[in-house]
Amino acid sequence: MSLRPLPVGTDLPVLLPRATALAQRAAQERLRGNPIATLDPRHAALLFAAFVCAAAYAQAQAPVSQPPIIDTIWKWTPLLGTGFAFNIAISALAMAIGTAFGTLLGLAQVSRKNAVRKVAWFVTNFFRNAPWLVLLFYCMFLLPFKVTIFGVSVPLPDWVKATFGLSLPVMANMSEIVRGAVQSIPSGQWESAASFAFTRRQTLWMIILPQCIKRMLPPWMNLYSILTVGTVLVSVVGVSEVMTLTGDVLASENRADLLMPFYFYILAWFFLYCYPIARWTVHLERRYAVNF
Amino acid sequence: MAAFYEWFRWLYDATGINLTILYDACDRRRFVGGFLTTVQLATSCIVLSVVIGIAGAWLQGSRLRLTRRIVYWYIQFFRNTPPLVQLYFFYFGVGAYFKTTAGTPLISNITWAILGLSMYAGAFNVEIFRSGIEAVPKATVEAAESFGFSRLQAYRHIVLPLAFRVCLPALNNNLVNLVKTTSISYAIAVPEMLYVSAQIWSDSVNVKEMMNVLLICYVGLVGLFVYAMHRWERAMHVPGYGG
Repeated sequence: MSLRPLPVGTDLPVLLPRATALAQRAAQERLRGNPIATLDPRHAALLFAAFVCAAAYAQAQAPVSQPPIIDTIWKWTPLLGTGFAFNIAISALAMAIGTAFGTLLGLAQVSRKNAVRKVAWFVTNFFRNAPWLVLLFYCMFLLPFKVTIFGVSVPLPDWVKATFGLSLPVMANMSEIVRGAVQSIPSGQWESAASFAFTRRQTLWMIILPQCIKRMLPPWMNLYSILTVGTVLVSVVGVSEVMTLTGDVLASENRADLLMPFYFYILAWFFLYCYPIARWTVHLERRYAVNF
Repeated sequence: MAAFYEWFRWLYDATGINLTILYDACDRRRFVGGFLTTVQLATSCIVLSVVIGIAGAWLQGSRLRLTRRIVYWYIQFFRNTPPLVQLYFFYFGVGAYFKTTAGTPLISNITWAILGLSMYAGAFNVEIFRSGIEAVPKATVEAAESFGFSRLQAYRHIVLPLAFRVCLPALNNNLVNLVKTTSISYAIAVPEMLYVSAQIWSDSVNVKEMMNVLLICYVGLVGLFVYAMHRWERAMHVPGYGG
């Protein structure tokens, strides 16, 4: 295949703009390591309809002696709420850890030292290629249940280990986001900083990174919503977050017809939490797209 | 070969590194089986999801409004719900209706995993193929027709090859994601690599060793796939479009 470049500015396109859009999307996804979450109000309407249908069906199926289904759901809401808060806590903590280490790793990927760059590239791709569930298992089983630092033993409960497990893929994705953002800054910025006698560290901290934040914010938020949805994976390894608690509630109620309404109820909570984030991400993306 | 395996028994005695999958024939068989199941699962899902993608993209161009709506809602549903939930929905929800009178399931869990994961990845593929086909201008099809191509011939020999090249990078991302997602079929007890490893470490109490083996196997498998697809993508790259 010849690599002859296409003539620029021709009015006879070989491919329509869709091709460029698709290529851009692929490049963006590659940067984020995840598909882009898209949510709109129609999803909320559908979810609500599904919940109402499931609840109505369960109500119709239930024997007369049972309390109304809304009461049952309401009764368990505080418990499920604590579980959900736990999910949010895990996601926030994993995001914080992942962002901190990911930023360092991403900066290492643009280091001038060849060895540092290679190692950082390897670590990033290693954790990007490993499935989330496998990393979660890895941390759950291999981290000790307590660590001793300077003679003080700190217990490591299951949820802390799970948080570490989730922060590993976040770290790898964050590293790619940082690398992509730093590399997307025009080289003229580096050159003009150098002409003002900024050192490399000064250039990075005072000129490049502040400009990167704008570019990194939308993919970072997208990563966060994916992580939030991903926290239900923790239930597979037995941490008592919202999915585990829902299973417990269903087991204690022992009514098969409650299964669907309860799961739709939980899904609605996740939707309510992720929807504003997703909308805001789209908004920021549009706003910043004009600036550059 | 036997001496090679025995060396790992010696390694266990000497250092405590217990790699049962190398010296114990039963564990070895189990692990190789699990590895092959993962490969089989990934391959079937890739093929089926690409077929779903092409068929869906074709249906989306249908003249019937109803067909287009159905494809639209299929995409919306599978794109926006977590794959784990979909898998539970298929296996416990839909699977409950496919049972013989004796109560034995008609469709095995691996089949459900292949179906569920393919539907999940297929939803993304439909969109990707659709954009790819839309990227080919009408003039190209008209030019082909003026050379005496029939509509189907033009589609097969002109539109699809071009569209495929446009799609490949996006398709690639999705398929890599799919290969990683196969690990969640652990949740419905498909004997793939993760599930089998969990069995082995609970029987032989060698969590640490199995975990490392598992991680290396997954990263190796996905890394190899990424590398191969990337090479292919570069070879198929249409000059002038995308980085």
